[in-house]
Amino acid sequence: MRELSLREALNEAMCEEMERDDAIFLLGEEVAEYDGAYKVSKGMLDKFGPDRVVDSPITEAGFAGLGVGAAMVGLRPIIEMMTWNFGILALDQIVNHAAKWLYMSGGIYNIPIVFRGPGGSAHMLGAQHSQALDTYFVHCPGMKVVSVSTPADAKGLLKSAIRDDNPTIFIESEMMYSWTGEVPDGEHVIPLGVGDIKRVGSDVTIVAWNKMVKVALDAADILSGMGVEAEVIDPRTLRPLDEEMIIRSVKKTNRIVVLQEGWTYCGVAAEIATRVQAEAFDWLDAPVERVTSIDVPMPYAENLEDEVIPSPDKVVKAVRRVCYMD
Amino acid sequence: MVAVTRDNLGFPPLAAPADDWFAPDVPELSPEKLREIHYQLCLMRRFEEEAGKAYGKGKISGFCHLYIGQEAVAAGAAAATDRDDYWITAYRDHAQAIAKGMSPNAVMAELFGKATGCSRGKGGSMHMFDKDVNFLGGDGIVGGQIPLGAGVGFKIRYRKEERVCVTFFGDAAANQGVFHEALNMAEVWDLPVIFFCENNLYGMGTAISRTSATGTSLADRAKGYDMASDRVDGQHVLRVYEAVHRAKMRAIEGKGPTLIEAICYRFRGHSMSDPGTYRTRDEVDDFRDRDPIKVFRAILEARDILNAADAKAADKKAREEARASIQFAEESPVPPLEWLYEDVLVEEGGEDA
Repeated sequence: MRELSLREALNEAMCEEMERDDAIFLLGEEVAEYDGAYKVSKGMLDKFGPDRVVDSPITEAGFAGLGVGAAMVGLRPIIEMMTWNFGILALDQIVNHAAKWLYMSGGIYNIPIVFRGPGGSAHMLGAQHSQALDTYFVHCPGMKVVSVSTPADAKGLLKSAIRDDNPTIFIESEMMYSWTGEVPDGEHVIPLGVGDIKRVGSDVTIVAWNKMVKVALDAADILSGMGVEAEVIDPRTLRPLDEEMIIRSVKKTNRIVVLQEGWTYCGVAAEIATRVQAEAFDWLDAPVERVTSIDVPMPYAENLEDEVIPSPDKVVKAVRRVCYMD
Repeated sequence: MVAVTRDNLGFPPLAAPADDWFAPDVPELSPEKLREIHYQLCLMRRFEEEAGKAYGKGKISGFCHLYIGQEAVAAGAAAATDRDDYWITAYRDHAQAIAKGMSPNAVMAELFGKATGCSRGKGGSMHMFDKDVNFLGGDGIVGGQIPLGAGVGFKIRYRKEERVCVTFFGDAAANQGVFHEALNMAEVWDLPVIFFCENNLYGMGTAISRTSATGTSLADRAKGYDMASDRVDGQHVLRVYEAVHRAKMRAIEGKGPTLIEAICYRFRGHSMSDPGTYRTRDEVDDFRDRDPIKVFRAILEARDILNAADAKAADKKAREEARASIQFAEESPVPPLEWLYEDVLVEEGGEDA
């Protein structure tokens, strides 16, 4: 199978979908002439022209709202946020508009729109550019939330998100854009709401998404040397959540560590922990453990940043705790 | 507090009714159409009066922002636009929905929170919608609908259609960031959008002179975006019609958006809970003297398009229609509990997580 980088996989998904349906357009800061701030939309301006690949002013609330309006009357916008940190400026348009119009209109106006861009920390970008804001979006009914960890998943899930008739938040990662992986040739579509077992194991379940999947897999390698076989589950879609896959795994392993890049307080990991204790209480041999970023704004200094973000070592320690190995 | 008057807003005195007619550059409306507009004005007024009474009786709850006094804006804009043209607006939306062609029954039932409401009882006063007449909703976030309107314009341009999106908002919304963001984008991309500012001079209870760096004139803000603008008497149907007609022509000729500011006045409070102590009696009376229905009726009577008996009959019919909408709403069932979970997402019926 061929290898693609994550950015190439996303690019391919958008191009294939835009060739299939002329209602789809891409709009955002630097997406056209600059080829994308992270080169995700490279070459798309030449392929589709300036009407469908549109450079916007730096005006996140404005262009998010413009996308919602266009979606209301039949277009299918892909709105790129240069990073989700800037997406906060558009939160009113996303939460109060995109996620509400269908419900408030009693089912008259749906909003088929994808808001996509990188989330989480990159490297030494400081407090305002290093946030994993998944919680902001999963909290709100009326939207789907996807967070990808591999090029193949990115392609298959983005195609589904574009075809979905609902608003979808699609979270990528600056760090992962250049990571490569095998991507199937031809039509490759992954349904939203279906998780993926990234590593089969029998002794403990680790749930992780986005670039934390790699942290989980690295931890699993270390744990294997200690005689512990971890099962790594990537839910891929955070809402709707593939709860069944997680519960099934816990019933097999009897132990779970949930790994998230976001802060601890009210994070997605807390939601998963609650569901696991409610649905698989009798199968648990240890309390659910969370590994999250430390509850501080992201510092700049490299050593401090490294301390904040979950590492394989922290995951190993958490697994050892749920396995009562220390 | 300083009373706002027609003089200090910079408007000339009204012409005598017999001399008050269409500007030469816009198509005149037929007598039939003018009588239809008169009926529409009466219907909006009577509908809102009935809604106000029903609110007083506890039949309608929540927020309820009445349009009484501002009817010339909706009527004038409706006369200048077609069913194909889109409207999107803010939360003072009942009468605008009716002007766009929505059924008063569906609007009243929505106010009553009934299953027969236009939004199945799930929207309420601020959230009227109807795809058949291209009414894209009332938005409860001040200014939130302005970029949505730009997006509708983006679609019209993208599909090369000959229509416009009228995006209504109040004076206070012109202080929101998205107002400026949307105007800038619309001008950059020449979007066929009419940004229609209904300047009723108060953002809730705060006079515009206290919140606007450009004084009472919001049309001037268009200059900041090199956008065409117009400032009209929002108590005068014909002036509103003319402004919207010109803006629509500009838009469909590909000349881009227009910012229209219509000076109007709500005769009631901001919402039902507002006693209106921030305005002087004189000021309210001054604007009531130019009640848009009275002004319009005088013009039609001066031209023998309508006589006093016709006007009375139209008003009686409007009152009956408004009352019938109350009866329809009262007799309609409440939404079944199952509906709670519908319309959250398109396919799954909301059971998404």
